[in-house]
Amino acid sequence: MGAGHAHKLYRHGHSPVHGLPPHTKIVAALGFVVVVVSTPREAVWAFAAYAALLAAVAARARIPAGFLLRRLLVEVPFVAFALLMPFVVPGEQTRVLGISLSVPGLWGAWNVLAKGTLGTAASVLLAATTELRALLLGLQRLKLPPLLVQIASFMIRYGDVVTDEMRRMSVARRSRGFEARGVRHWGVLAKSAGALFIRSYERGERVHLAMVSRGYTGTIPVLDEVTATRAQWAHAAALPLAALLICLLGRTL
Amino acid sequence: MHVPDGFINAPVSAVAGVVAAGAVAVSLRGARRELGGASRAEGHGGERAAPLAGLVAAFVFAVQMLNFPVAAGTSGHLLGGALAAILVGPWTGVLCIAVVLLVQGVLFADGGLTALGVNINVMGVVTVVTAYALFRGLVLVLPRTRRSVTLASFVAALVSVPAAAAAFTLVYAVGGTTDVPVGKVLTAMVGVHVLIGIGEAVITMLTVGAVLAVRPDLVYGARGLTAPLKLRVDGELVDAAPAAPAAPVSTGSPKKLWIGGVVTALVLAGFVSFYASASPDGLEKVAADQGIDAKADAYEHATADSPLADYGVRGIAAERLSGGLAGVIGVGATLAVGTGVFLVVRRRRAAAAESV
Repeated sequence: MGAGHAHKLYRHGHSPVHGLPPHTKIVAALGFVVVVVSTPREAVWAFAAYAALLAAVAARARIPAGFLLRRLLVEVPFVAFALLMPFVVPGEQTRVLGISLSVPGLWGAWNVLAKGTLGTAASVLLAATTELRALLLGLQRLKLPPLLVQIASFMIRYGDVVTDEMRRMSVARRSRGFEARGVRHWGVLAKSAGALFIRSYERGERVHLAMVSRGYTGTIPVLDEVTATRAQWAHAAALPLAALLICLLGRTL
Repeated sequence: MHVPDGFINAPVSAVAGVVAAGAVAVSLRGARRELGGASRAEGHGGERAAPLAGLVAAFVFAVQMLNFPVAAGTSGHLLGGALAAILVGPWTGVLCIAVVLLVQGVLFADGGLTALGVNINVMGVVTVVTAYALFRGLVLVLPRTRRSVTLASFVAALVSVPAAAAAFTLVYAVGGTTDVPVGKVLTAMVGVHVLIGIGEAVITMLTVGAVLAVRPDLVYGARGLTAPLKLRVDGELVDAAPAAPAAPVSTGSPKKLWIGGVVTALVLAGFVSFYASASPDGLEKVAADQGIDAKADAYEHATADSPLADYGVRGIAAERLSGGLAGVIGVGATLAVGTGVFLVVRRRRAAAAESV
């Protein structure tokens, strides 16, 4: 479901959350999500507490609720799946408003919805408070292979260029009176995709040659090494640790 | 279809993450080879890999946004696994899809962070490997023409999408957190994805055809098709002298990687598998509760009577031991078969090289 990525992802700001080094934030978000996923679904109040934690982080980072909610729409396809669950899962039945629903299905739907939404919200907050480049630096700091980070950075850098190229082709098609209405027009669109591939690949070759002529030998020097102090780690760890506490309470209660 | 957090339980997600990391590591090595040896820039594998794979990943990302109208206002989009495998090769294909999924997960919140491993395995590895294996097999069998390349890409893309759906169902059966019966999930997922696969297949075929018509040298899957270079000398066509073959790139000792892989597989199979299957299997539990066991007999696996049935070794009481042992035996058998195939292929290749 690649649609709907047109939003501006990063919200510029100077809050304490924005100021944390990127790798601490990535670790914190991942830790939080892992804790959320391993919480038993019967501890309903724990999920409310997690949501409150995320809301506190969002408030601290001065991310407006509207922005967060709009970005959560990415999840919609799976919500549809979750809503089907009470109808297809066999098991004990209950009646709500005259419709018979299955109890395990309701629990399953709740489980997927709650955990999925919290996970998505955590990633949205991460991306909203961290610049793309900083995120990649953070990933590199976390020992992701440098080549993989380079590929990802090239993809992000040229993603908009390639997408714009696609948009220009679409404008060119439409200005010549073409309108894709059905299966019969797939040939034209596929030829555009083929042209897009050739242009992207050739652009990659040009970029490579331009880089080689400037002394590229396969590694990109890291100019601003990101480091985190103990206090910054402690700040970042506040979120997953609080979540862990809630999780442990949820398991025992 | 990006799997969100909480859909697959934590142990299975962790195992999937380890598998995905291994797949990406292997693809990184393979992609250097694929992108390095493609043209005149021999020996620049490492350098060329980053910009080229990055741009191809950007292409996959963009082409996923290209909507293909189906009928009456609905439209679909390309998933791109098969297309990437055929255009740039399987290793680069896996790598590009993995990078796209990583960026979508971390930046766009599309697909959960903990489910990243599952997503990479299902949408990257399974799609690309299935598509490329089929494609390669068909190209070898069919006559060496452009038409057979496009036909092979049609079939490869057609099968790769339901294969991914089936792989997802498998992951779901092992570690799903909800109690939808696996049979229903399988029917729904594969059913829907066969339809999607038809669209994917037509578009992949047309796109590969379009690239083949303009730059056949860029299509990795059609390397064998390029006609040898000819020079016109005094009005006669003469074969040009072939370029000197590049010296084989020395790759580090594969032994270390191999031993590490085997140890990891054994540890996973022997110990981690217990945790994966320790929590009562959702399907089995529901089946027992609801008494659908009787119906499920029809589904019973043909090898249900084998000594390894139900992932346990017969005659060994301790559940942990038996499950772990079954895993270890499974890894050993897989390894033996795989090594055997590899040895046969290598011997045959060596024989072919000698006879030339």
